Amino acid sequence: MQGRLLTKVSLSLVGLWSLAVTGVARAGEINTGGKLLLTGGVSSLEGGAGGGLATWSVIAGNETRDGFGGKVHLTGVEVSDYSLRAAGAAVGLHDRVELSVARQEFDTGDTGAKLGLGKGFTFRQDVYGVKVRVLGDAVYDQDRWLPQVSVGAQYKKNNQGTVVRAVGGKDDSGTDYYVSATKLLLDQSLLLSGAVRLTKANQTGLLGFGGDRSDSYKPQFEGSAGLLLSKRLAVGAEYRSKPSNLGFAREDDWVDLFAAYAINRTVSVTAAYVDLGDIATFRNQRGLYVSLQAGF
Amino acid sequence: MHPFLQRVALATGLGLALAGTALAQEVPAGEKPVDAYVQSNANANATPLADKAVFDAFGGKDGLVRIAADTVDFSMADPRIKDIFATTDVPRLKRTLAEQFCYVLGGGCTYTGRDMAAVHKDMGVTHRDFNALVENLQKAMDKAGVPFRVQNRLVAKLAPMQRSVVER
Repeated sequence: MQGRLLTKVSLSLVGLWSLAVTGVARAGEINTGGKLLLTGGVSSLEGGAGGGLATWSVIAGNETRDGFGGKVHLTGVEVSDYSLRAAGAAVGLHDRVELSVARQEFDTGDTGAKLGLGKGFTFRQDVYGVKVRVLGDAVYDQDRWLPQVSVGAQYKKNNQGTVVRAVGGKDDSGTDYYVSATKLLLDQSLLLSGAVRLTKANQTGLLGFGGDRSDSYKPQFEGSAGLLLSKRLAVGAEYRSKPSNLGFAREDDWVDLFAAYAINRTVSVTAAYVDLGDIATFRNQRGLYVSLQAGF
Repeated sequence: MHPFLQRVALATGLGLALAGTALAQEVPAGEKPVDAYVQSNANANATPLADKAVFDAFGGKDGLVRIAADTVDFSMADPRIKDIFATTDVPRLKRTLAEQFCYVLGGGCTYTGRDMAAVHKDMGVTHRDFNALVENLQKAMDKAGVPFRVQNRLVAKLAPMQRSVVER
């Protein structure tokens, strides 16, 4: 099921706020599951646990500190002139360390011909991430203001180095570094998250790294706010700022409005309306983001 | 101090101490005796909510008695955690849990149980166990018709107890 179908069904993971408890016996076995519903966040586009576009400090999967967990996701984004497909997996170890991998395909479709790249020209990017929770607990620490704080890095490799350089990009690979703080304000059924990311990525790396306008790391902000409407359903909004390194086309910040629904302890769906701004001279890229996720 | 007075003071002190102990050890009907401990609302390990509307939304003390009892019943029937309750004095647990809920929701109850660390000492409660109990509490609150966002007001008060309850 390539492209279109995937894109239309398009789904990204809700790191289920699933009071996930698999029936795994405790004594002497490796534990999985056990995290409270929806407290694992959802899978972000780049593979780690987060919102859809933003990265959160929560660790992927439903595991608690007693064991390990994980999550896989399929995501599709369909905006006016482009499509993006992504698939990824993440594992969480003792609710402390998260390792993730994601493959993204940025399909220019008919737009590719207008850009002189050829119809259906596709940029592919692989993202390898590591995240470590350094302090706090987003869920349990309801008597403290302290959020859960994690630090992480994402190594990204784009397969279209020639085109990247042709449009002014400096590199086909790059590494982002970030610190993220996430807090569940349970008494208000509200989740807040913010992250600062040091990056040189153009359109998160889909158009390479660095550019003719700028080739230095710049801090960018990612923010999410979500309201828990029930154990299964959360709605919210996200914002992600991005650098604008390429001279040929201005790059805009990203915004989305999302709903995340936990179908059960394992499977969840996120749907969002996204505004990705201008991408490679094509203006006002708005559309639908859908992600299907399965976690344990 | 004169030795005689010392003895009187000592005896008086001892008498008061014994009286205090007797009070703490007074065993409600249907419950088993427990070792003496100092009773205090501080043992509830949470400060009371000021917003009385939340207490009312739980159905007041009666509603909380039912929710506490259901939480315990659900947990004792829960294969994940039922073993933890094998030797539990169930009537006492239900009573003190209802008192704790009532106290932290600002219902004006007195909490007569022990503090969370003492209650759970050496029980080997894990994070998974703690979360399983929270699920059972949510189930009990659902059954009682408490709105989700109101439920979270109580869960928010209980969540930090994870630090005292979970031992491994």
